[in-house]
Amino acid sequence: MAFWIASSPHNHQQNETSSLMRLVIYATIPGIFAQWYFFGWGNLIHIFLAVAAAIIAEFTVLSLRNKKIKPQLFDGSAILTAVLLGISLPALAPWWISVIGSVFAIALVKQLYGGLGHNPFNPAMAAYVMLLISFPLQMTQWQPPLSLLAMDIQLTDTLAVIFSGYTPQGYSVEQIRTHIDGFTMATPLDTLKTNMTLGLTVVESMQAPTIGKHFGLGWEWINAGFLLGGLFLLSKKAIPWSTPVSFLLSLFVCSFIAFMISPDSNASTMFHWFTGATMLGAFFILTDPVSGATSVKGRLIFGALAGLLVFLIRKFGGYPDAVAFAVLLCNMAAPLIDQYTRPRTYGHDLGVKK
Amino acid sequence: MESVIERIKRGSFSQFHGGIHPPEQKFLTCSKPIASAQIPEQLIIPIRQHIGQAGNVIVKVGDKVLKGQILSDCDSPMSVPIHAPTSGTITAIKSMAIPHPSGLSEACIILTPDDEDTWKQRHICPDFHLLSKTQILEKIANAGISGMGGAGFPTQVKVSTLTKINYLIINAAECEPYITADDLLLQEHSPTILDGIKILDHLLTPKNILIGIEENKAKAIAALKKATADIDHIDICVIPTKYPSGGEKQLIQILTGQEVPSGVLPSSLGIVMQNVATCFAIADAVINDTPLIKRVVTVSGQALEKPQNIWALIGTPVGFLTSQCGYNNSQNRHLIMGGPMMGFSLPHDQIPVIKTTNCILAPSEIEIASPFSSTSSKEVECIRCGQCADVCPAQLLPQELQWSAKAKDQAQLEKLNLFDCIECGACAYVCPSQIPLVHYYRVAKAEIRQQKLLDIKAEKAKVRFEARKQRLEREKVARVEKHKKAAEARKARMNTGTSAAKSEKSAVADALARVKAKKAQASIKQNTAEISITSTLEMTAESVAPADDSKSQVANAIARAKAKKIVQKNQAQIESLDTLQNNESPSSSQAAPVVIDKKAKLDLAITKKTANENTPQAETISDSANAQVDATTKVVSPEVVNLASVSDEKATQALNKKAKVAAAIAKAKAKAKTKTTASLAAETAFDSSQLSTTSPNIDVMQDSNTAAQVKNVAEAIAKKTPSGPQMVSNIDTADRDQKTKIAAAAEKAKAKELPLKSQQISNSTSSSIKSEQDSMRATQADIAAIKKAHVAAVVAKAKAKKLAASSNKLTTSE
Repeated sequence: MAFWIASSPHNHQQNETSSLMRLVIYATIPGIFAQWYFFGWGNLIHIFLAVAAAIIAEFTVLSLRNKKIKPQLFDGSAILTAVLLGISLPALAPWWISVIGSVFAIALVKQLYGGLGHNPFNPAMAAYVMLLISFPLQMTQWQPPLSLLAMDIQLTDTLAVIFSGYTPQGYSVEQIRTHIDGFTMATPLDTLKTNMTLGLTVVESMQAPTIGKHFGLGWEWINAGFLLGGLFLLSKKAIPWSTPVSFLLSLFVCSFIAFMISPDSNASTMFHWFTGATMLGAFFILTDPVSGATSVKGRLIFGALAGLLVFLIRKFGGYPDAVAFAVLLCNMAAPLIDQYTRPRTYGHDLGVKK
Repeated sequence: MESVIERIKRGSFSQFHGGIHPPEQKFLTCSKPIASAQIPEQLIIPIRQHIGQAGNVIVKVGDKVLKGQILSDCDSPMSVPIHAPTSGTITAIKSMAIPHPSGLSEACIILTPDDEDTWKQRHICPDFHLLSKTQILEKIANAGISGMGGAGFPTQVKVSTLTKINYLIINAAECEPYITADDLLLQEHSPTILDGIKILDHLLTPKNILIGIEENKAKAIAALKKATADIDHIDICVIPTKYPSGGEKQLIQILTGQEVPSGVLPSSLGIVMQNVATCFAIADAVINDTPLIKRVVTVSGQALEKPQNIWALIGTPVGFLTSQCGYNNSQNRHLIMGGPMMGFSLPHDQIPVIKTTNCILAPSEIEIASPFSSTSSKEVECIRCGQCADVCPAQLLPQELQWSAKAKDQAQLEKLNLFDCIECGACAYVCPSQIPLVHYYRVAKAEIRQQKLLDIKAEKAKVRFEARKQRLEREKVARVEKHKKAAEARKARMNTGTSAAKSEKSAVADALARVKAKKAQASIKQNTAEISITSTLEMTAESVAPADDSKSQVANAIARAKAKKIVQKNQAQIESLDTLQNNESPSSSQAAPVVIDKKAKLDLAITKKTANENTPQAETISDSANAQVDATTKVVSPEVVNLASVSDEKATQALNKKAKVAAAIAKAKAKAKTKTTASLAAETAFDSSQLSTTSPNIDVMQDSNTAAQVKNVAEAIAKKTPSGPQMVSNIDTADRDQKTKIAAAAEKAKAKELPLKSQQISNSTSSSIKSEQDSMRATQADIAAIKKAHVAAVVAKAKAKKLAASSNKLTTSE
């Protein structure tokens, strides 16, 4: 006569956090593919390194905290963090960059704050910012697209560079990055920023080889890949629509206004959308539920704030890209946003509504 | 702006926030006819099946009841009667498990059917328009109808509302998965339901009647449309299927676009909502005079062979219904009363069907593998995805509620409007972290309710305490006031100079004297101890020097014991003082207490003199003197035991005769001394006068008192001090041996007089004497005697108060 007692509701739509995380990881595939296509194996190696380091770090901390290891280790959150970090690192950065970043993200930013669901900051972006500030040289050695390189870089070359700093032929990262014409190549955003300080107009800057035909050789396709993945997630309702939409709109509006005021010194709206980490940030970073706002209204504000910050830092800040900084600043603001965007409960404050 | 009705006619409805689309699973039962009621072996009828108070049971065990007979009546509007679902015998009235999430037990009537199903007499009323509204209300109330949709709110309360009703909403939404009870009732009995709606229309006269029904019930909608085709103010509102559109507040929002303000009933908005099953019951009650004794129950789930709707008598055990539907007894049995979203697990299958039971769910394990059971919880941390907030029909923030519930932050929970949660389960249904959110809320709600009860209790206690404090304060003030008035009146009377006044004056004087006496007591207690001890010490010092070693120390010990006794004696002294005061006051002469013993009388006499002198110092001194006088034999008696034992050795060793002679001499000497010295008399009285009766003793003392005219302590001591050695030196005229012998004899005499004073001590003494006589031999006698005297004296000094005990020890050990 053992009857089974359970609390209502008795049925459940049977989705799990881990499947949600897996879905997000799958959605990064188009972007990663574009990265591989234009920039080679570098980021894939970093993703692999970061994931391995993250799992080890997560395992260590979970066992120290006497938590159930299996369900938490494979809930996908640590892997997702590592994947996002690996994506955002410069392709030819040394191996320890991704390892340090990954361990920092998992052990410090996530687990020290109480693990999944308790971290106030996005672990991947916090780690990225830490690396950028601590190792500025390694973190700014962006590799130009393969098509612009003077030499052909294969998987073995990339591995050698990442682990030893030199290709088997003895070229350093700096040498790889140098154009045939003898100047060091950077990201489109970097190029634009440098050219601005040199007094060139935007139109002139757009002639640089790294920018290519549209908004940045390779970068536009990477962003398009992440946009695709993001739209897939939206269609699966794995992420809320409000954050990316408000973020992109906000960035669009800001850059549009700036472009209207001074087209010579401001990049176009689409340049902002399709360079740097815009799409990755919009669909994969800002939508992190743990460190974001919770209500629809709150998410709209959250995204809009992030868009504004990205534009401001790109335009006036010292760093060429700004998604990581903007995300961290918004993470800080999220509890406050939540506090002021509580929905009106049914049957309460009806006078205000009328 | 278009009116609500126009909008509804256009087929456009408002939306409530959130909502979910769980698998409906209604196909299991929705196309099968309702099976007719069968009578189980036993009916368990809970007395309370609704929200409100239980009625009073009016049947008793052994009663034969007819079908439809009332079993409990009610005296308050919030209580609802119950009826016998079939004819039979009441076999028990006891506490049984009732349908409740916590498996609660409450009083139930157990009815054993006789299978004849004999009806009570009924009065069929084909046209309810012939009845007055009051009669209809009475019929509804007497039929024991309470809301059959879920909560079980007493129907007559709902329909007797006085507010102007705009909308009567008939809830046929039935949004919970699996449940098709209302659907089938509409399919089969829409004319009766319509009769019920008409009765409600007649009672409430609403502007519009809206029937809310979800679009997934095509047959029921068709049946309803057919039944209501000719009535124009009834609108059938086919609403989109979404859970929980059948919630009262949600359905009101869907149909009218209005929100029911938190904490009020919908009737405040001019809205009354009734469930279709309730409408059917109302029609049955008013027209057929049939109380609510059966209802349609959906028995569904894939663990059943024949899931179907059944007419079930109220009180039918759930197990009876499931067996009727072919329940295969799987290992992990799980029965849910209600739907899968809001129903609750049953602890066993002997739980009865009650008026609010619309579904019994027997799911297979694959079908509903509840993530929220204690054994299979897959709960992980909340990742704040916000899906719960998206689906919450009350627009709460479930994830924040959950944080606060875990943290037991009750203030924050209330701020987040926890009590607006309708526990629909939508949040927990969608939660990817599989957190049993509703469970957390239920626990938190219970905790808050409990806390509030405690707060109310504490508040009441506080109020009571404050009231008491105020009352005491008031009484104190009143008392003081009264006393003041009385004193003033007395003063006024006293000043008049009449005889009464005089007596009052003297009474006051008495009182004053009493106060003084009390003060004197206090000072006696404090002073006498010191004085007597110091004086005794002095006396001892003086007496030791000239005296022979043994003798002086013996005397010394005696004096010391005496001094100690003074303190004890003070008590008697105080009593006598009081008595004296009473005697002196003429007003209280009738209450003169009887002086118990003669010694007390003596005290009295002395104190009288002291009182006459009227100086506190003199009082104190005379008291102590008095006490010394009183100390007499009682004080010395323990001491005597020692000495007696010592002296007895000698007495046996020496000739008995000699001892006797010596004793006689000692006695004589003592007598002589008594006559010559006043204060010494008291001291030496233990030798002589107490051998005789107590009366001469008192005489002696009185003599001494009168002769000395109550001398102070100093004098007494002064006289005593030389006299001690004097006595000793007198005895010393003989040789040393003789001296000790004589002294011993004297001591023996003392020991002999002991029985007069203290029975216990004398017993022990005599016994010790006998034993000593046997054991001790002549040779050691003198030296041993002296030594023993020494030892006895030392011990006596140290433990004067415990002398009796110590002497016993001494004598036995030696």
